[in-house]
Amino acid sequence: MTLVIVIVALVAVLALGVVVVRGRSRARSLAPLETPRAPMPEILVTDIAARPVLGAAPTLQQRLGTSRGVFDRVRQLSGSALSTEQLDVVEEVLLRSDVGVATTNAILAELRANGAPDGVVATLRATLLDVLSADRTVTRSAAEGRVPVWLFVGVNGVGKTTTIGKLARREVAEGHSVVLAAGDTFRAAAADQLEEWARRTGAEIVRAAEGADPGSVVHDAIGRARARGADLVLADTAGRRANSTNLLDELSKVRRVADRDPGQVVETFMVLDATTGQNALSQAREFLAAAAVTGIVLTKLDGTARGGIVVAIERELGIAVKFVGVGEGADDLITFDPAAFVDSLLEA
Amino acid sequence: MFDALSDRFERLGASLRSRGRLSEADLDEALGEVRSALLEADVELGVVRAFLDAVRERLSDRALSQSLTPGQQVIKAVHEQLIEVLGGSVLKVTYAPRPPTVVLLAGLQGAGKTTTAAKLALWFKQQGRQPYLVAADLQRPAAVEQLRVLAGQVGVDVFSELSDPVAVARKGVAEATRLGRDVVIIDTAGRLSIDAALMEEVRAISEATSPLYTFLVIDAVTGQDAVFTARSFHETLELSGIIVTKLDYDARGGAVLSARGVVGRPVVFASSGEKLADFDLFHPDRMASQILGMGDVMTLIEQAERTMDQSVVAESAGRMLSGTFTLDDFLAQLNQVRKMGSLGGLMKLMPGVTKEMRSAANNIDEGELNRVEAIIRSMTSRERRDPSIIDGSRRTRIAGGAGTTVNAVNQLLKQFTEMRKMMRQMSGGAMPSLPGGTGRMAGLAAKASQMKNESMPAGFEALAAGMQSGAPVRPTGPKNKKKKGGRVTPPKQR
Repeated sequence: MTLVIVIVALVAVLALGVVVVRGRSRARSLAPLETPRAPMPEILVTDIAARPVLGAAPTLQQRLGTSRGVFDRVRQLSGSALSTEQLDVVEEVLLRSDVGVATTNAILAELRANGAPDGVVATLRATLLDVLSADRTVTRSAAEGRVPVWLFVGVNGVGKTTTIGKLARREVAEGHSVVLAAGDTFRAAAADQLEEWARRTGAEIVRAAEGADPGSVVHDAIGRARARGADLVLADTAGRRANSTNLLDELSKVRRVADRDPGQVVETFMVLDATTGQNALSQAREFLAAAAVTGIVLTKLDGTARGGIVVAIERELGIAVKFVGVGEGADDLITFDPAAFVDSLLEA
Repeated sequence: MFDALSDRFERLGASLRSRGRLSEADLDEALGEVRSALLEADVELGVVRAFLDAVRERLSDRALSQSLTPGQQVIKAVHEQLIEVLGGSVLKVTYAPRPPTVVLLAGLQGAGKTTTAAKLALWFKQQGRQPYLVAADLQRPAAVEQLRVLAGQVGVDVFSELSDPVAVARKGVAEATRLGRDVVIIDTAGRLSIDAALMEEVRAISEATSPLYTFLVIDAVTGQDAVFTARSFHETLELSGIIVTKLDYDARGGAVLSARGVVGRPVVFASSGEKLADFDLFHPDRMASQILGMGDVMTLIEQAERTMDQSVVAESAGRMLSGTFTLDDFLAQLNQVRKMGSLGGLMKLMPGVTKEMRSAANNIDEGELNRVEAIIRSMTSRERRDPSIIDGSRRTRIAGGAGTTVNAVNQLLKQFTEMRKMMRQMSGGAMPSLPGGTGRMAGLAAKASQMKNESMPAGFEALAAGMQSGAPVRPTGPKNKKKKGGRVTPPKQR
């Protein structure tokens, strides 16, 4: 409250002064205030490493394989003592994959300290696998008499609703009965989209009017699941910026509601777009604090993006990637396999 | 926006300034810092290298200036290079000689194309144009519906039908011509990734409608992949520019630099918030200043001009200066400020505002502002004119009326009294109790108007002078920016 006033005062003082100034000057004369336009360089950068254009491949292995030409250069390196040049190549490869400066430096330091007795690639592979060692089990069962809930969180546009649809399909195909909770009551048409998934997968859906309290939607879904004896509730939430405390508080509340008897949150998945850069780390940090994230679903990995930021997330926050989305098809959401992830990085 | 980048540069600036002269090693270290800052901000590696080479060249070219310390020279070179990489100057939007002017939006799924389409429509409307939206995104369930909802909020019609996207686009343009609309914005489908089918579809739409502008919509949080996306679209579509979205996330925005650096097309618009009004032309020079933590008064000024009701503001300005500012005036101003967009966004434009304040401002939601408004509206008009008459029982009544606690009412009144006192001091030319920030603000506002050869009205000059006396502004560029960094905290935060 205090802050509101200070801020409004600051903005108002400045803005009104400015409006007055401008208002007067306009009445007087209109001096052209165009700055001279500098000639714009057409292409500033040309040395971006060539990457293959277009092309689709169904599996993660292939996908990762095709778009990772730079790793070839690492593979050609050998010998146990790492030269500056070798380290530079490793650095470039890691940075280009969005692994990030801090994690890259940590990996480089390790390589520098330990050398690479089995060759750079094998050592790098082992180092990366070492980082990706968090527990990846997916919990489906709750305590006796409670309904297990999977909660999905993330920023806007990462594919939360689609992820829920695909996971629902997976679970239903494995013989589980699923109730979907349309907890994204903010975005126009999010519930419609989820309802379409419910229709396609045969899952049940609980939804409410736009602007309704997301907590109550989740609560109702849990009640429904209990009444029907369903095995699992998948709860959607509205996409939110990870730097807004209010929205994160709201999310904590939804989680508390979902975790109250008879519900029990057994997994909180943060859905993350593989094209996201270093911002993903702060997203993960915020969502971990607000909603106790237990796993990551990495979507859109079928593109050219490498999703290397998950290495940094797992190293710094210990949150494991549990599923990856490798295509637009309903079955293109698969269990994350770290060995395949790293292998396809290094064995293009 | 660019917070991470700004922070790094601020620290860099601080460490450089303390040195009298820079050795080659110092320079390497400084540029190493710049490199890390850019990489952490997701600027593509190749773009980073090119950037550093260019900065180095600038430094070697320049005859050592007597007036600048070596540290300042590095910062100046970085600043200049940032402006150049960001695109030099603002793109001037022109219109097709034979309307309608067709604008095509392309981009990956989740980048925010549909929302951008609505925001762009609003922008054109504010330019006095009559925009028309075409929903050619038939891929995503509910995309058309989403556009209709958003378009309804800005009062623009949407054309769509269930056929194929190319036909929808063509018919949409024809329909716009028939209706006499002069700008047509086409929203196209995004895919999860670049693929041949997507490129083909968007190319076909482009051929069918021959757009004057083809914009790539790109998400500010995109990592190294931004380059690839930008290049692929550019090869297919011959982009005329880039629109960045989600710059309000704790974003690093390196994607902007990368995409711009690779395709050589300017960033034309930037979207910096969830509100439909949080959208404007992209100003490279201002962005460069923002990145280096210099604030951006010009944008604030323009936003104020566009959205504020000048008569309302001018009237309460007078009372503000004469010290007879009432709660009614405060309420009027609060509403004017709210029209300008989110407070968090506004704070970012304000120079000399600390990171803590900015993030605090980010967390003020509409509800909080509503509560302030509710409290004031629960007062009688006499109480609003003269808050000093509000005693215990009135407070209880007001709290009841606003559905809040007496404590909240107390807080508001206390703050309001302090604010009024502050204003009186400012107009009287005495040192204000709110240091740094306002002084700098006034100084910059004054500078901004001087730049345009405008003189200020007497009252405002006094106001500015009053504020400046608290914190004298030195005329040289970045030098004085950093000094204030930590001092802008309001007297009683929280």
